[in-house]
Amino acid sequence: MIRLDGLTKYYGDIRAVHNLSFTVEKGEVFGLLGPNGAGKTTTIRMLTTLTKPTSGRAWVAGHDVVAEPLAVKRSIGIAPQHLNLDGELTARENLEFHAKLYHMPRHERGKRISELLGFVELEKRADDLVEGFSGGMKRRLLIARALMHRPRVLFLDEPTVGLDPVTRRKIWDLIRSLRSEGVTVLLTTHYIEEAEQLCDRVGIINEGQLIALDSPANLKRKLGNFAVEVYHEGRAERRFFPTREEALEYGAEHARCKACDFSVRETNLEDVFIELTGRRFE
Amino acid sequence: MDFLVVFERELLTFRRRFWRYLFSGMVNPLLLLTAFGWGLGRGIQLEGVSYLNYVVPGIIALSAMNTSFTSVGVTLNISRRYTKTFENYLVAPIAAHSIVLGKVLGGVLRGLLSATIIILLAFLYGAKININLAAIATILITSFLFASLGMLVGMIIWSHEDMNTFTTLFITPMMFLSGTFFSLQGMPAWVASLIKLLPLTHASLCLRAAMLGREFPVVNFAVLLAFALSFFFASIVAVRRSSE
Repeated sequence: MIRLDGLTKYYGDIRAVHNLSFTVEKGEVFGLLGPNGAGKTTTIRMLTTLTKPTSGRAWVAGHDVVAEPLAVKRSIGIAPQHLNLDGELTARENLEFHAKLYHMPRHERGKRISELLGFVELEKRADDLVEGFSGGMKRRLLIARALMHRPRVLFLDEPTVGLDPVTRRKIWDLIRSLRSEGVTVLLTTHYIEEAEQLCDRVGIINEGQLIALDSPANLKRKLGNFAVEVYHEGRAERRFFPTREEALEYGAEHARCKACDFSVRETNLEDVFIELTGRRFE
Repeated sequence: MDFLVVFERELLTFRRRFWRYLFSGMVNPLLLLTAFGWGLGRGIQLEGVSYLNYVVPGIIALSAMNTSFTSVGVTLNISRRYTKTFENYLVAPIAAHSIVLGKVLGGVLRGLLSATIIILLAFLYGAKININLAAIATILITSFLFASLGMLVGMIIWSHEDMNTFTTLFITPMMFLSGTFFSLQGMPAWVASLIKLLPLTHASLCLRAAMLGREFPVVNFAVLLAFALSFFFASIVAVRRSSE
């Protein structure tokens, strides 16, 4: 559904994205992970025709993003990182206007709007100006708007940034229910647990390059399913092992001194990320 | 017909803010009419008419310019840079010319409103001017021209400060220099020809001729039209290029 072939973007001399190639299958939820400034948003901008690649090609829903931008635009929905709803319009008007821009026939619009406002639990605020909405409400409306014209491919750029845990889980449920409807989703996040919860596969990019691509389970298995952290003088040293036994053995051996302590736990995607990018991040 | 969707959105806020637009749109014309038309202009004749009658077409032209330029340029700047709502147009399956036409028509509407306000106020001040087809066409083209310029500048300029700088360097001088308040007759030829490079000059020449019942300067109208079309098409190109 999405294919990138050597996609590259330079802003002047600055390399934002370098030689990115991967494929996202129909109905897949694909996560693009990377530290701030890794090139996630630039990649999304290229895939959604907002920015032209310097070189390389990409196809979305079978259409070349440079040669057939209108065909690409017709088949995608976008929830950008910044909440770019029209604050001067009501929630309903925002969706109505969007539907018109995407040429939805009149008789479908009203039904779809009530359906989506219900889906994101905003029916009661439908006719209020968006200006007065909270961050979480805006985020949910943004996703509803992206879904309005029934896109086959959905781009979600940091869909839960700045949200409280409850709202975040609501949005996760929304995304899961999209998968069951066969929508292909490409999301970027720098919340690792989000990718772990939602994504069939994740691609990790750093400094504009793809450094790993697999399912969360496989990525963890490659690193070792169990992590040992040995604490020494206030610092944690981390090692990974395929089995709990090996991990325990290593821990016991290396936590010799009295002041030393160690713990064994299951590896998570954040470990993979840190090992690969060499950076810890929140 | 995608431009109608874009225009409809502008119409929605226009309706919602109509009274605000109306009252804020009255302030400048009232000041100008009072200071120049009534205060300064009493007893003064220019080009054979009372100064009030002389200056009203100029004030209409400059107000149509200011309002349509600002209403498109400033809001475009904000929607590109701060609210990012302009991106919604760029990712929608509609052509660049539909976006531009819809936005520019929104600016034309605002320009027309401000011109109407002044015409009504001018009658209250006792001005004797004709409202005819040529006058209406000139007001329409002037608003279209400066709404397109607002679109073009708003697409090219990124920072809000630069937007203000553009206004200070180009729009404000045009307000005063373009034969709006004084006659170009009797000016040194080189000054007059410099002033004729400014699009607003042609607007005020056309409007004054139409409103005072003089022979309509077709050449100036053609120049006005040429400016309008150039800015309009240039802003379409600017929207297309924004994805690079």
